[in-house]
Amino acid sequence: MTQATLYPSDAPNQDDEEVRRGQEERLRKVWAAPKGWRYWSAVNNTEVGIWYTAVAFGFMLFAGVLALMMRVQLAVPDNDFLSATFYNQVYTLHGTAMMFLFAVPIFEAVAIILLPQMLGARDLPFPRLSAFGFWCFVIGGVFVCGSIFFDAAPNAGWFMYPPLTTREQYTPGYGPDIWLLGLSFIEVASIAAAVELIVGTLKCRPPGMRLNLMPLYGWYVLVVAGMILFAFPPLIAGDILFELERLFDWPFFDPSRGGDPVLWQHLFWIFGHPEVYIVFLPAIALVAMIIPTFAQRPILGYSWIVLAAVGTGFISFGLWVHHMYTTGLPSISLGFFSAASEAVAIPTGVQIFVFIATLLTGRVIFSVPMLFVSGALATFVIGGLTGVMVALVPFDWQAHDTYFVVAHLHYVLIGGMLFPLSAGIYYYWPIVSGRRLSDRLGKLAFWLMFVGFNVAFMPMHYSGLAGMARRVWTYPESMGVGAANMVSSISAFVFAAGFLVIVWDVLRPRSKEPYAKRNPWNAGTLEWLSEMPGESWGVRSVPIVTTRYPIWEQPNFIDDVDKGRFYLPDATDMKRETLITSVLDGSPLQCLRVPGPSFMPMWAAIFTGAVFIFATFHWWAATIGAMVLSLVSIIVWLWRGTAQIPEVREKEVGLGLKLPLYESGPQSIGWWAMFITMLGDATAFMGLIFGYFYFFTIHVDFPPPTTVGPGVLWPTVALMLFAAAWASALLARWSNRAEHVGVARFLMAAGVVLSLCASASLLWGPYTTGLDPSAHVYPATVWVLAIWTAVHGAVGSVMFGYCLARSITKRMTPAHDIDLSNVALYWHFMAFTAFFTIATLAYFPMSV
Amino acid sequence: MQIFGKTQDNLWTLIAAPTIWAFHFLFCYFLAAYQCAPNADPFTRIGGTRLAIGVVTVVCLVLIGLIVRRSWREWRVDGGGTRNNQDTPEARERFLEFSTLLLAGLSFTAVIFETMPVLLIGDCR
Repeated sequence: MTQATLYPSDAPNQDDEEVRRGQEERLRKVWAAPKGWRYWSAVNNTEVGIWYTAVAFGFMLFAGVLALMMRVQLAVPDNDFLSATFYNQVYTLHGTAMMFLFAVPIFEAVAIILLPQMLGARDLPFPRLSAFGFWCFVIGGVFVCGSIFFDAAPNAGWFMYPPLTTREQYTPGYGPDIWLLGLSFIEVASIAAAVELIVGTLKCRPPGMRLNLMPLYGWYVLVVAGMILFAFPPLIAGDILFELERLFDWPFFDPSRGGDPVLWQHLFWIFGHPEVYIVFLPAIALVAMIIPTFAQRPILGYSWIVLAAVGTGFISFGLWVHHMYTTGLPSISLGFFSAASEAVAIPTGVQIFVFIATLLTGRVIFSVPMLFVSGALATFVIGGLTGVMVALVPFDWQAHDTYFVVAHLHYVLIGGMLFPLSAGIYYYWPIVSGRRLSDRLGKLAFWLMFVGFNVAFMPMHYSGLAGMARRVWTYPESMGVGAANMVSSISAFVFAAGFLVIVWDVLRPRSKEPYAKRNPWNAGTLEWLSEMPGESWGVRSVPIVTTRYPIWEQPNFIDDVDKGRFYLPDATDMKRETLITSVLDGSPLQCLRVPGPSFMPMWAAIFTGAVFIFATFHWWAATIGAMVLSLVSIIVWLWRGTAQIPEVREKEVGLGLKLPLYESGPQSIGWWAMFITMLGDATAFMGLIFGYFYFFTIHVDFPPPTTVGPGVLWPTVALMLFAAAWASALLARWSNRAEHVGVARFLMAAGVVLSLCASASLLWGPYTTGLDPSAHVYPATVWVLAIWTAVHGAVGSVMFGYCLARSITKRMTPAHDIDLSNVALYWHFMAFTAFFTIATLAYFPMSV
Repeated sequence: MQIFGKTQDNLWTLIAAPTIWAFHFLFCYFLAAYQCAPNADPFTRIGGTRLAIGVVTVVCLVLIGLIVRRSWREWRVDGGGTRNNQDTPEARERFLEFSTLLLAGLSFTAVIFETMPVLLIGDCR
C-alpha cells in the first residue's frame, strides 16, 4: 500500500512547498514553548523532560559530593574529618538522594523526553501530569536535601529502620519526618509518571506499530512503569504507618504494644527490591537501543528481551526478604526468597546474552556510547555474580551489613545504571541539543570512570570480608583495612573526575560548533527522525510504521515524514493534537487534543508540597489550609483543562482518515489513567491489609480477646451505604447516557450525601466502641484501615459533586460523559476497598 | 486441548504464566508465615504445610503446562518461526505466542525453584 493510493483528491498537495510552509508555521506556533517568565508554564515533553533530567543530575552531583565526603572520612583509620552524627546524615542522604532523587526520577525524565519521539507521537497523553510530577519532584527533593544544611537531615540510613527512627530518644529532631513526608510526596510524582508512561506506550503508538514492532525501549518502559505501580504503593502504606507512629504514637512498630519493627522492613523492601530493577531495566533499555545501531543490525532475539523484561518484572517482586535474612525469619521462608533471588538471574542473564549475540553477529562500530555499554556489561556482570553469592542465606549471614554488600550494590547500580545512562547521554545528546558531545572527552571520561570505579570498589569486597561494617563512620587501624580504604578513597576521586568530564562536556559553551547531521549514528528507530536542532512539534507527520527499524527498512521514510505525507501534517484548528491507537495493532482510534502550557500543575504541586512540609513541622492549621488550596487548585486544573467538549465530533487527520475528537469510557485515555491510578491505590490499600494480616500471623491472639471494637453494626451500616453510593454512580452514568439528565443529577447529589454518610459510619464504629489507637497495635490498625477507606469515600463524594457541577454547567452531556464514566470506575475500586476493609475489620474476627 | 479454537493472544495471555508463579510464591510465603511466624514452637514438624505447598505446586505446574501446550501448538501452527517482525496480525500472534512460551518456561522453572525449600526443610526453625 503506497502513500499515494491513500490520498483523497481534496487533500492538500504535500509536494507543494508553499502548502508545507504554511503547515509548518501553524505547527510551530501551536507547539511553541511560552516566552519570558511564562516559559515555566510549559508542559510539553521536550521542556519538562529536559528540566526533569537536569534536576535529577543536579541531585546526583549533590549526592556524589556526599559520597566523596564519606571517602575522605574513611581514607585513614580513626579519622575525624566528619563527626559520627554528621557522617550518619551524609550516608543517609547519599543513599536516599541517589535512589529517590536520581535513579528512579532519571528513568521518568529520560522516558518523558524519548518515549514520544520513539513512538512518533507529538507528546505524551497527559503533559500537565508530567509537569505536576516534575514540580513535585523538585519541591520534595530540595526539601529533603536542603535539610542537611540545617544539620537536620535524616540520619538512620536510607531504609529508616525502626525502632531507631521511631523513638525520639534515639533520633531526636525532624530527620525521619523529613525523609518520610518528603519522599512520600516524590513517590506520588513517580506514580503519576508511571500512569503517563503506561498509557503512552499502550495508546500513543503510531499507526501500524503492532506490539511485535514496538521498540524494545517501549517494552521496558511498560514493564518498569507497571512495576512502579505495584512497588511504590506499599512504601506509601508503610510511610503512613510510620508517620502515624511518629506523630501520634500509634504503635505499629513498637513490640511493647503488639507492634513489630519487622513489618516496616517488609513494606520497605517490597518496594525496595523491585526498585533495584526499576532502576536497572530502563538503563538496560537504553543499551537495547544503542547496540543495534552500532552493531548495524536489528536486535537478535527480540522475544527473548521481552521475556527478560517481563520475567524480571515479575520475579523481582519475590526477592524482598533477601535484605532481611538476618531478622530471624524461619529458614523455610528464607528459602523461598533465596530461590527466587537465584531464579531472577535467569532473565537478567538472558538479556546480556542477547546483547552479546547481537554484537557478535553484527559489524560493530566502536564509539563512545559503545565504550560505555561495554564497561556497563562487564561491571554489571561482576555485580550480578556477587549478587548470586549474597542471595545465598549462609553467605549473606557472613557478609550482611559489611562493605562486601556496599561493593556488590555499587557494582550493580553503576554497571547496571550509571554506565548505560552515560552511554545514553552520549548517544542521545544530539536529540536534546542538536550537537554531538566530544569523542575525545567521552573517551577520557569513560576511562577515568571505569578505572576509578573498579579500583575504588573492588577493594571493598576485601574490606567487607575482613569485617569492615557499613555505615560506621570510622574503623580502627588494627582492622588492617587502612590500605584498601586509602585506595578506595583515591580512586573514588578519579571516578568523580571522570563524571565531571561528562558534566563539562555537556555544559561547555558550544554555540560556535555546527549542528550534527541528522540521524548522526545512522540508527533505525523513530526518535532519529528528529531534526538538528529539534522542532518543538516532535515529528513533522505521524508516520505509518510497518517495521521495527523504519528508517532502515521503510523506503523513503524520512522524506515521507518530512513532507507531511502521513497523519496530522497540519494544525488546522490551532490546537495541540496527537493520535490514539489500539493496544495490539496500533490502529488509529482517536485524534487526541492535548493541553498546552499552564501554571496550574505548578500551583497544585506547590500546595500539595506545602501540605507535606507543614505536616513535618506539625503546623496543623497551615497544613489544613494547604490541603484546601491543593484541592482547589487540582479541581481548577481539571475543570478548565480536561474533558473539553470539541466543536465538532470528528476531524480529518490526513490520508482520508476521519477520527473522533472525544471518546469516553474504556475508549478514552482518561479512563485508562483512572484505572491504572486506582490499581496503584489498591496496591497501597493491600499494603495496609497486609499489615493487618501480618499482625494476625505473628500474634497468637489477634484481635486481642479483650477488645470489642469496631463491632459489626456500624461497619455493616457503612457497607450498605457504600454499596448505595456505588449503585448511584453506576445508575447516574447509565441514566445520563440514556438522556435522563434530571435523574442522573439527582443520583449524583444522592451520591455526595451517601458517600459522606458511609465514611462517617465507618469511623463511628471504632469511635463508639472506644478503640484507642495508641493503646495497642490492634486498634491502631483498625483505625488506619477505617480512615483510609473513609478518606477515599470523601474523595468519592467530591467526585460526585464535581460531576454534578459539570452536568449543570453543560460541560458534561449525555454524549460527552468522560467525567462520570471515570467517576463510576473510581467507585468500582471504592466498592472493592470498602468491602475488603469492612470484611477484614468486622467479619474476619468473627470467623477465627 | 483447544476448547475455543485458537486463542487471540494479548498482554494478559502473555503474563498469565508469571502471574501463576506469583500466586504460587505468595501462597508458599503466606502459608509458611502463618504456620511459623508466631514463633511459638519452632521445632514442630510442618508436614501439613509442606504437603499443601506440594499440592498447590502440582496444580500450578499443570496450569503453566497448559499454557506451554497452548502457546507451543499455536506457535507451531503459525509456522513456528522466530521471525516475527512483519507487519501482519500473524506475525504479532507468532511473537506473542513465542514470548508466552518463553515466559511460561521461565515460570515453570521458577515454580520448581520455589518448591525446593519445602523438600529440605521440615520445621519452623
